[in-house]
Amino acid sequence: MQIELTINDKVVKWEVANDEFLADTLRSHGFLSVKKACDTSCCGLCTVWMDGKSMLSCSVLSLRAHSKKITTIEGLPKEAEEFAQILSAEGAEQCGFCSPGFIMSVLAMKNELVNPTEEEIIHYLTGNLCRCTGYMGQLRAIKIYLGVA
Amino acid sequence: MFTILDLVQPDNLAEAYQILSDKRNNTILGGCAFLKMGKKRINTGIDLTKLKLNYIQEKDGFIEIGAMTSLRDIETHPLLTEHYNGVLPQSVRDIIGVQFRNGVTVGASVYSRYGFSDLITALLSLDTEVELFKAGRMPLADFLARPKEKDLLVRLWIKKTKRQASYLSFRNSASDYAVLNVAVSMLNNRWTIAVGARPSKASIAISASALLSLEGATSETIEEAAKRTSEELSFGTNTRGTATYRKALCRALVKRGIMEVLACKSN
Ligand SMILES: Cc1cc2nc3c(=O)[nH]c(=O)nc-3n(C[C@H](O)[C@H](O)[C@H](O)COP(=O)(O)OP(=O)(O)OC[C@H]3O[C@@H](n4cnc5c(N)ncnc54)[C@H](O)[C@@H]3O)c2cc1C
Ligand code: FES
Ligand code: FES
Repeated sequence: MQIELTINDKVVKWEVANDEFLADTLRSHGFLSVKKACDTSCCGLCTVWMDGKSMLSCSVLSLRAHSKKITTIEGLPKEAEEFAQILSAEGAEQCGFCSPGFIMSVLAMKNELVNPTEEEIIHYLTGNLCRCTGYMGQLRAIKIYLGVA
Repeated sequence: MFTILDLVQPDNLAEAYQILSDKRNNTILGGCAFLKMGKKRINTGIDLTKLKLNYIQEKDGFIEIGAMTSLRDIETHPLLTEHYNGVLPQSVRDIIGVQFRNGVTVGASVYSRYGFSDLITALLSLDTEVELFKAGRMPLADFLARPKEKDLLVRLWIKKTKRQASYLSFRNSASDYAVLNVAVSMLNNRWTIAVGARPSKASIAISASALLSLEGATSETIEEAAKRTSEELSFGTNTRGTATYRKALCRALVKRGIMEVLACKSN
C-alpha cells in the first residue's frame, strides 16, 4: 500500500508492504541512523519519533506512519550534535551503535519532563540498552545537558 | 516474523468484527509488538485506526478506556494518575521502556489474558468491566474465566470511586516480566486482593479478601490474609521462579500491599 508521511519535515509518498516495519522502511530510504539490534522491542536502538512521541520503529508497522510526522536523528542535527559533544566529553560513548536511539530518547525526555530527578531520568531511559558503557557516563552527560547536574 | 496477506481499515466495529469472523487467520492488529514475536500467517490484518478507539475519558460515573489506547497513556493520563492512588500507571511503568509503552495497546493487553500481565492484575483489583463487540459488557473477572473466543475488545469501563489501591511487582531485573505481581484495593472497608504472574493469569483471592472485609485490617488479620492468599491461589514454576518462591513472595507482597492501602492519604 502507499503511505504519505512527513519525514524530517519533508513530505514523501512511499510504497510499503502490509507486514513491513518502520525501521526497515526508513533504512531502505537511506535513514541509516536508525539501527536495529534485538528486533524484539527490548533494546531501544531503533527509537524514532512519531508525532513527537518516541517509538520503537522495529515494532511499528510502516502503515501506521501514514499521515504522521516521523523524526529521525537526521532531522535534529543541531540538538543531536550538542548532546553528542557532551556525551563524548563525558566518555560516555564507546562503539556508539546505541547512540542514535539513545539520543532520540534523551531529546524526547527533554521535551516531556521538566527538571527530572535522577530516578526519573533513569526510569525514562530504561528502554535504551547499551552494551559498552555501564550508563554512568551517560547519566553525567544527561544531567549536564539538562542543567540538572 | 508474522506475515500479513491483506490489510483492512474498517470504518465501523460491525465491519471489523465481520472480517475477524470471516476466516480463522484474520487478526486484529494492536500495537503489533507481541504479534511480531510470533510466526502467525495472518490472512487479513484488521487495523482499527479509523475507529478512534484511542482515548481515556469520564462517562456516566465510569472511566472509559478505548482499546487502542497506549500503555503510556495509561501511565500519564491525569484521570488515572489522580484515581485509585495511581494504581494503573504504577502497574505499567516497568514494562520495557517509554518507547515501547507508546506503541502497545490496552485492548491487546487485556484481550490476550497474558499470565505475566501487570495491567490485568491492577485492573482486577478495581471495579473493571470489559466491553467486547459480540459478547457484550461483563466484569473483568468473568471475562478472564470465560473460554477463549474470537471477539473484539472495544473498551474498558472502570467505576469511578474513591477506591484506594496499591500495586507491587517483583522482577529479577528492571523491565523483565514480573516473577509475581499483586494489587490490593479497598472501598468502604471492602477489600480486593488480586495476584498475577503466578505465572498463570491473575486471580482474586476471594477468601483472603473476604476475611479482611469482614474482620477489618488489624495486624493479625493482615498476616492471616497474606497467608490465606498464598494458600488459596496456585503457583507454578518457570525460568523466573519456582512455585515455592512465588508462594513466599505472594505472602510478603500482599502484606505490603495491604499496609500501603491503609497508609493512603485519604484514609
Ligand atoms: C518483549 C516484550 C516484553 C513484554 N513485557 C511485559 C511485561 O513485563 N508486563 C506486561 O504486562 N506486558 C508485557 N508485554 C506485553 C505488552 O505489554 C503488550 O500487552 C503486548 O505487546 C500486546 O500489545 P500489542 O498492542 O503489541 O498487541 P498485538 O501484538 O498487536 O496483539 C496481541 C494479540 O491481541 C489481539 N488484539 C489486539 N487488539 C485487540 C482487540 N482490541 N480486541 C481483541 N484482540 C485484540 C491481536 O490480534 C493479537 O492476537 C511484553 C511484550 C513484549 C513484546
Ligand atoms: S531493535 Fe527495536 S527495540 Fe531493539
Ligand atoms: S556505546 Fe556501544 S552499545 Fe552503547
